Amino acid sequence: MRKVYVDVTLKQDKYGTIVPLTVTWEDGRKFEIDRVLDVRRAAATKVGGTGVRFTVRISGRETYLFDDGERWFVEAKDRF
Amino acid sequence: MERVILHSDLNACYASIECMLNPELRGKPVAVAGNIEDRHGIILAKSQEAKVCGVKTGEAIWEAKLKCRDLITVPPHYDEYIKYSSFVRDIYRRYTDLIEPYGLDEAWLDVTGSQRLFGTGKEIAEDIRKTVKFELGLTVSIGVSFNKVFAKLGSDLKKPDAVTVITRDDFKEKLWNLPANEMIGIGRATFKKLESFGIHTIGELAACRKEWVTCQFGKCGTELWLFANGLDSSRVKPDGYRTPIKSVGHGITCSADLVDATEVWRVFLALSQDVNRRLNHYNLKASGVQITVKDCNLFCRQFQKKLPIATQSATELARAAIDLFSQNYRWNYDVRAVTVRAIDLIDADTPAQLDFFSDMKKHEKMQKIDDTVLELRRRFGKNAIFNACLMQEEKMPHGNPEESVMPMRMFR
Repeated sequence: MRKVYVDVTLKQDKYGTIVPLTVTWEDGRKFEIDRVLDVRRAAATKVGGTGVRFTVRISGRETYLFDDGERWFVEAKDRF
Repeated sequence: MERVILHSDLNACYASIECMLNPELRGKPVAVAGNIEDRHGIILAKSQEAKVCGVKTGEAIWEAKLKCRDLITVPPHYDEYIKYSSFVRDIYRRYTDLIEPYGLDEAWLDVTGSQRLFGTGKEIAEDIRKTVKFELGLTVSIGVSFNKVFAKLGSDLKKPDAVTVITRDDFKEKLWNLPANEMIGIGRATFKKLESFGIHTIGELAACRKEWVTCQFGKCGTELWLFANGLDSSRVKPDGYRTPIKSVGHGITCSADLVDATEVWRVFLALSQDVNRRLNHYNLKASGVQITVKDCNLFCRQFQKKLPIATQSATELARAAIDLFSQNYRWNYDVRAVTVRAIDLIDADTPAQLDFFSDMKKHEKMQKIDDTVLELRRRFGKNAIFNACLMQEEKMPHGNPEESVMPMRMFR
């Protein structure tokens, strides 16, 4: 597993709640987030670091998206 | 009502944070160590694996590598340690507002009033332990007891990632057989003295007559006797409480030994400027100056003196420091490390009693210059203005010195 920083488009409502909408992969592919299933602070045990962990569903698959306060990252398999 | 105090200790704090941030280091002997080139090449913290090999905090890197050939050393990242320490405190705050930090990695929590909401002390401790592990990927060991001293002893009993409960019924059995120096307040010197009386364990100290201990160790002795008997009643200070500042100092190990008074003066001046900045920040002034000088044989001495007029001025502090140095230091060996400390602090607005012999006009002028320099540096950066004598290569390590958080005395 490796830590990959990604571009994310977000929606922030008037109450300050942030919802990630899309993730752009390092090779430029763009994925739409179908749904945010869970939000909590957690450690990214596989790649190191911590942050607010968004459990999201992308194309029917569940994955984690982390906001470490400065940037967003995902836990990526060595070969994607 | 019986108090419930937790003492939480972040296991191998610096090393754990490094391993958490870089998973490749996990399971390997890792040590956080200072920079050899800046002559700070000692072990600051080590992972559990390095500890097993016998690596000790404070020893030189080469000594550690002799014990553990595969030791991986990483430079410290204080900003990360401070960040994660504050994240851990944020977790504590979910349970109580009575949190007393003891350094970056330890804290006492009084959860007496939180039990109705969150369960018993043990349950809260388990919750905290699990939360820290899940949210931050770090492990804590927590002692739960009815006073601060036993809670701290409890947190040291089982490591890492564990909760230990010490109650009134079992403290004698669990703690009294421990060596006396495991207890807070008993350092090397006190332990040596205790041993000379044949007192080796906490239980043996507790069994002594209180008057005898007081007679031998003064009022600290009374305190130690109370600690050993589980009678410590000190409070956990509220979150955000700031211990009054007693001194403001800055010290440095030079990148090469200082060989004459001119070099020492330059270092004193550079250090005093930082002291000046912090005194200004806290709105304090110094009525005395203290210096610590360590020679190249690591022999250390400390000197101090009163100032005729309380001051914040960097130049006045540096002058007092160099006076102290020239009066007291005999150049048997070159100087390795120096510290300048402003002591006997008073509020900067305190009215001053003038005397006939001090030149108040000059003092005021000096103060104004220093204030202007501070303001220029605040606006344009540290290198915007500095003394001409500091233009030469002063033997000070470059980079910003970190303000480290040292464990203060336990709050009473």
